[in-house]
Amino acid sequence: MSGSTIIFYLLAAITLVSAVLAVTTRMIFRAAIYLLFTLIGIAGIYFWLQYEFIAAVQIVVYVGGIVVLIIFSIFLTQQAGDLLPKPTIGRQLFSALAAFCGLALVMLQLVQHSFTPTNNKAIEPTVANIGNQMLGVDDNGYALPFELVSILLLAALIGCIVIALKSKPSEIINNEQGTRNFE
Amino acid sequence: MILEIMIEPGLYHLLFISTALFFIGVYGFFTRRNLVTMLMSVELILNSVNLNFIAFNKYLWYDKMDGLFFTIFIIAIAAAEAAVAIAIIINLYRSHKSIDVENAEEMKY
Repeated sequence: MSGSTIIFYLLAAITLVSAVLAVTTRMIFRAAIYLLFTLIGIAGIYFWLQYEFIAAVQIVVYVGGIVVLIIFSIFLTQQAGDLLPKPTIGRQLFSALAAFCGLALVMLQLVQHSFTPTNNKAIEPTVANIGNQMLGVDDNGYALPFELVSILLLAALIGCIVIALKSKPSEIINNEQGTRNFE
Repeated sequence: MILEIMIEPGLYHLLFISTALFFIGVYGFFTRRNLVTMLMSVELILNSVNLNFIAFNKYLWYDKMDGLFFTIFIIAIAAAEAAVAIAIIINLYRSHKSIDVENAEEMKY
């Protein structure tokens, strides 16, 4: 057993164990921290596969962005020290059964299927190659999806501002009267 | 000899991790009733999909980079989705003083 194999299994164990803890712990802040470890474990697997750019993006966007956002929303919406309500036994049983059946089905299909890799020459996923293809406008170029995602991000930005806008007091009164008339 | 081949990490090991991660996310999505923790489960599911794309790109279609680009776009879309979802959750908290899905039932009508 080489060192690389040991590192792979270590990363896999960190990822899966902290994922299980993230969905089962009753302390919401700890759930966010376990999610953080899961995401770091996945970034480690990307490093292990030598996809350094994806690993860096994973750390910057997920660990640095989304988890921090989630932690902030926990601070804003949760009372300190509150435990999450325990799900009922029936729901727990049903969910565990559904998840296990799905896992068993997919794994059964997987072990019966044999994949055939291509014989073509491998491309190194270096940043230069990624950049050239990402902004390429020829066949295999990804310029159009890139522009589409930039529009999506703009739409999400505007949407967030609109949702977070505080309505003026007079508008609130009008709205209340409106609902009262409606009722 | 066979044991050594089974222990050596390859495509199937990565696919197992990704499948397990997906169904852990599904379990969390079913059992949790708090919107923030449900969002965390969705993030787990999205990450398992990313890992799947990268594994296939690395071991089967290493002559292309399509899986890698799908992963990049999924990460960008997940970031936008999380931002909008958290804006909605905080707005819901302001009006209902709770972010339980059971308490947000009246949003159906």
